[in-house]
Amino acid sequence: MLNGTKTTLSVIESKAAKQASPYGTQHSISLLVNNRPGVLIRIALVFNRRGYNIESLVVSPAHNGKFSRMNITASGEPKTLEQIIKQLNKLIDVIHAKDHTNEITVEKELALVKVNCPPEKRTEILQIAEHFNSQSVDLSESTLMLQITGSTEKLDAMELMLDKYGIKEMVRTGKIIMARGDANT
Amino acid sequence: MANKTCTGAEALIHCIHQHGVEYIFGHPGGAAIPIFDALVDSPIKFILTRHEQGATHMADGLARATGKAGVVLVTSGPGATNTITGIMTAAMDSVPMIVITGQTIKPMLGLDAFQEADVVGISYPAVKHSYLVRDVNDIPRVIKEAFYIAETGRPGPVLIDIPKDVSGAMFEPNYNVEIDLPGYSIPSTGDGVQIARCADLLAKAKRPLFLVGHGAVIADACRVLKQLAEKTQIPVTNTLLGKGAFPETHDLSLGMLGMHGTAYANKAVVDCDLIMSIGSRWDDRICGKYSAFCPNAVKIHIDIDPAEIGKMIKPDCSIVGDARLVLEELIPLCRKSDTEDWLKQLGKWKKQFPLKYGKQGGLKAQFVLDEIYRLSKGKAVVTTDVGQHQMWAAQFYKTDSRFHWISSGGAGTMGFGMPAAIGAQFARPDAMVIAVVGDGGFQMTLSELATAVVNKLPIKILIINNKYLGMVRQWQALFFENRYSGVDLIGNPNFVKLAEAYGMKGFRIKRNADVGKTLAAALAYNDGPCIIEAEVEKEDNVFPMIPAGSAISDMVLEAPKKAMAKPTGST
Repeated sequence: MLNGTKTTLSVIESKAAKQASPYGTQHSISLLVNNRPGVLIRIALVFNRRGYNIESLVVSPAHNGKFSRMNITASGEPKTLEQIIKQLNKLIDVIHAKDHTNEITVEKELALVKVNCPPEKRTEILQIAEHFNSQSVDLSESTLMLQITGSTEKLDAMELMLDKYGIKEMVRTGKIIMARGDANT
Repeated sequence: MANKTCTGAEALIHCIHQHGVEYIFGHPGGAAIPIFDALVDSPIKFILTRHEQGATHMADGLARATGKAGVVLVTSGPGATNTITGIMTAAMDSVPMIVITGQTIKPMLGLDAFQEADVVGISYPAVKHSYLVRDVNDIPRVIKEAFYIAETGRPGPVLIDIPKDVSGAMFEPNYNVEIDLPGYSIPSTGDGVQIARCADLLAKAKRPLFLVGHGAVIADACRVLKQLAEKTQIPVTNTLLGKGAFPETHDLSLGMLGMHGTAYANKAVVDCDLIMSIGSRWDDRICGKYSAFCPNAVKIHIDIDPAEIGKMIKPDCSIVGDARLVLEELIPLCRKSDTEDWLKQLGKWKKQFPLKYGKQGGLKAQFVLDEIYRLSKGKAVVTTDVGQHQMWAAQFYKTDSRFHWISSGGAGTMGFGMPAAIGAQFARPDAMVIAVVGDGGFQMTLSELATAVVNKLPIKILIINNKYLGMVRQWQALFFENRYSGVDLIGNPNFVKLAEAYGMKGFRIKRNADVGKTLAAALAYNDGPCIIEAEVEKEDNVFPMIPAGSAISDMVLEAPKKAMAKPTGST
């Protein structure tokens, strides 16, 4: 499943990010795992068994290609999460799993947003884009595609601003996390 | 066999043999044929079972009788899926097992080929780890890793799925491979600070109690545990799978605790001011209602699996490590505790609330088990199935040493007992092996009688026949106003004739007066397996009993006069 993949998997419901998740508190979890087929399903099963909903999942090869990095945002009961982290660490293919909720980390997300954009609205929308430090990456007669990077909240805010023009499509990478300073992720 | 060209299957069997494996249990099929071919020239003895589930329980029985991984070899598809119950049974009880499944050829994977099952996918939640071997060159490393994972740390089953074109491929094997498991580490000695704290807590306690489980058996902590208990004068209770960790005949032993444990062990749990679990996972069978479990006692947890710490019970002090190594470090820090009054109290309870059964009326299963314990001098390796007979056997067949009690605890797998006895007898040819089974569970895997007969294994199969699925019937009697549903085993065969049909010896016990004589004859019979059918009272119940989900203090010692509230706990 993960062999040699460069794809980052994640489609999240923007609403889930905006509102508190219906499944409980949201957590940011990072894993360093073997870059091998079947690893993702073993991890997903641990979350599923304890009733945790995975809301975003980013998988990419680590600096050392033998391993993959996974960043997961998932929601559920906080006390269950401690058990989930221990169960994840028990998996032979997991080098380590860590909960970064409430930790000082750099957390970023990238989104592509295709918004309805008739010529007369272009300036207005580009102004919004500029405010959020977002770039236009595609333009057509009736649409504009924007790329935005930043915190989940920033992406949520821009989405909200663009909503009234009509968002035709949106895809978000899901959150990627790295511990600050010397600490390991 | 130094690195000359061979098939993947030959390398596989070579590696398994190098690991010291004597027996492989299983059943052949198309996708596994190259592996079966490699067995022809191997010193490993292949034991043909009549069903793949039987093979897994045999491997399990062998593992629990020796501490070494049992090995299973089956084909793809249904052959592979038939092993799932046995794999889950081993996983729940931390039993080392290697299950090798044949698989369709690589180009056909995922294309619904004949007898193709995604057994790796199906087994994910039940294995400690699993492999689908796509490259023949990986075989030596995979086998090395599989045994290492299965047998170390908290043991468990490992499944290896091998496509036929991988087992059949020619290659030049390199047996000097290193294992490559960066995500797997095994806790050994515990944290010194926590161990010192543990000793402090033990010294302060007035009514301390050791709770020992399967982890203590697996880690071979038995000798040090005895030293520790004797030095500190702290009493010991054991779980169902902890039988054998500490001699149940020892003065400091309270026997088994929990749902059908001894009254005095359960009373000790209620009254203790400190409880220290050594390799037990605070299972719902022993804790009952968690919120009411020892609310005022200090709780200490020693376990090799960090994921068990805080899972069910939040401990005041926890030590992650191998039970034997941790206890070895703990002993020098401990002194005799002031437990005289506590032991006196426990002694009183032992006298006041002994395990008992009615001496009147029909044949009692408990009496049969009491007698087989006496006649075998408590030295037999006992395997059980699951249900009433299992609880009675646990109560009345006291276990004094490691590897003498083999029972499906966590999974509660009916059909486990008899094949497990076969595995245990292979592993321990000189031991007396008794399978205590019920008439229900026995019929789930009885086809393995043929395996016992063919291999002339002198296992003694004691069928406690009450013509009911007794444990469920007991619940329906106690909690569901006697509304029996799906528990009547009408249609049972004549088990003595069944034995004869398989060419084995059959004994029948119908009356109290027959018990001693017939059991003695059966235990002395060593020309192959025998069945002892004990036709016991149909509607006897197991007591003491803590209804599922109830507090331990709600234990009932004998049949209540009126119906009880339906239990809230799981099963």
